[in-house]
Amino acid sequence: MNPSFILPYTAVLSARFRMLLQYRAAALAGFVTQIGWGAIRIMAMEAFYRSTTDPQPMNLAEVVTYVWLGQALLGLLPWNPDTEIRNMVRSGTVAYELVRPVNLYAYWFSRSLAFRIAPTLMRSIPLAILALLFFGMQPPASPESLLVWLAATGGAVLLTTALTVILSITLMWTISGEGVAILAAPIIYLLAGMVIPLPLFPEWAQFILEMLPFRGLCDAPFRLYMGHIPVAEAWAVLLHQWIWISVLVGLGAWMLSRAKRRLVVQGG
Amino acid sequence: MMNAFALYINYATLSLRGQMQYRVSFILGTLGQLLGTGVEFVGILALFDRFESLSQWSLAEVAFFYGLVNVAFAFTDTVSRGFDHVGDLVRTGEFDRMLLRPRSTVLQLIGKEFTLKRLGRFLQGGGVLLWATLYLDIDWSAATIALTIATVFCGACFFLGLFINIGTVSFWTTETLELMNVLTYGGIEASKYPLSIYRSWFRKFFTMVIPMGCVTYFPVLAILGRSDPLGTSLAFQYVAPLFGLLYFMLSLFIWRFGLRHYRSTGS
Repeated sequence: MNPSFILPYTAVLSARFRMLLQYRAAALAGFVTQIGWGAIRIMAMEAFYRSTTDPQPMNLAEVVTYVWLGQALLGLLPWNPDTEIRNMVRSGTVAYELVRPVNLYAYWFSRSLAFRIAPTLMRSIPLAILALLFFGMQPPASPESLLVWLAATGGAVLLTTALTVILSITLMWTISGEGVAILAAPIIYLLAGMVIPLPLFPEWAQFILEMLPFRGLCDAPFRLYMGHIPVAEAWAVLLHQWIWISVLVGLGAWMLSRAKRRLVVQGG
Repeated sequence: MMNAFALYINYATLSLRGQMQYRVSFILGTLGQLLGTGVEFVGILALFDRFESLSQWSLAEVAFFYGLVNVAFAFTDTVSRGFDHVGDLVRTGEFDRMLLRPRSTVLQLIGKEFTLKRLGRFLQGGGVLLWATLYLDIDWSAATIALTIATVFCGACFFLGLFINIGTVSFWTTETLELMNVLTYGGIEASKYPLSIYRSWFRKFFTMVIPMGCVTYFPVLAILGRSDPLGTSLAFQYVAPLFGLLYFMLSLFIWRFGLRHYRSTGS
């Protein structure tokens, strides 16, 4: 394979990455907020678990680990469209993107990949260390669990990036504001397992939650980490993720080709 | 005073007319807010479906706590955006211009933006509150009705006090500390549930340092006619909202203090 073919994508990825790592104050703020948030969530869950003696699909110690993993990896969720692409669409400079001699979808995918990973990386590692040492987060169930969790987290990163690119592309239709993301984000947040762990939802909802792509963002990797999904079943999680990654990448690329045809450039 | 009020109405009307120019954006924003608070309530519903009760509290009671705090906060949230921007205003020197105008800075900041899309939170919280009220057998008397209104009012003032405090810090740091969001949004998150379920250090912090419990938990006990597992008296539950008001006045005082020590960044 010709290495120069891949160069523009890795270049935009690394440049964006280095730029985003500069925002340390924002990272600290997020860090403190998330610790507070996690503590509140966990105290509420403790109170719920005190109220019952029935066995639950997930014990309290597992819920605690689940909540901290969620707080640590919160930034990975597809909250908002890529801010750079948003500004380009708004100002009209998106036109320059169209004339670049690269595959636009792959280019935006690389951009958004850095946009998701860099801020999360800065927060997640210190938060996870603190939670492991002081706040009752458990280490991975076994070395094998750690490995399959890492693999599934890789899948989650690609999944969230594919969703972020789709949210960014929708801006080319709505132009103003955050567009569809403003509606999609809270729903994804709920269905990924960030409000409460997915196994705690009623039985009738489980099948739907299993089918949707969003459990691949948080729930499934977290449960692999703590051995709640056994290592032997990890292949099903990864398969589920990769099917959805292909579908969403395909959808994104198709949407972008449609959007390019009808693009009206704003600004003069 | 009347003049200030008329001026505020003017500010708010202008801001509303501006927002109404972007109607789709406004509708999406409102729906987004509605969903954002709505999913949290879905979480509560799912947990009650599974656990049935939360240490002696029923779903309808928790819904009342949840609805009331969201309604109170929604009022604050529509007017408090200006204080989020104090850091930017100080850094760019824009704040100097506000000082030159013959009106109080607090009024100007409150008038800076009337964020109508917060209606989403209001509708969602209000809906839950209404449902809880209908479902619970509350003994409505002149006293409980007055207490409910006072709780929402003092609650809104209390939250505004929190935002003013965050703005005040910016005089020294010249940037808005997102760090403080842990107090505002974290507090709202915590107030969804009765304060009694939390650990002791946490309850003490949100009663004695930041009197959030005084505008949510304690008065709601009196409205619901429940005795407090923490053992406070009915008389205290009735006067508790006043601590929220007191906090608000204190934060205005600190703001004035900050203002006297304000130094322009001079750009």
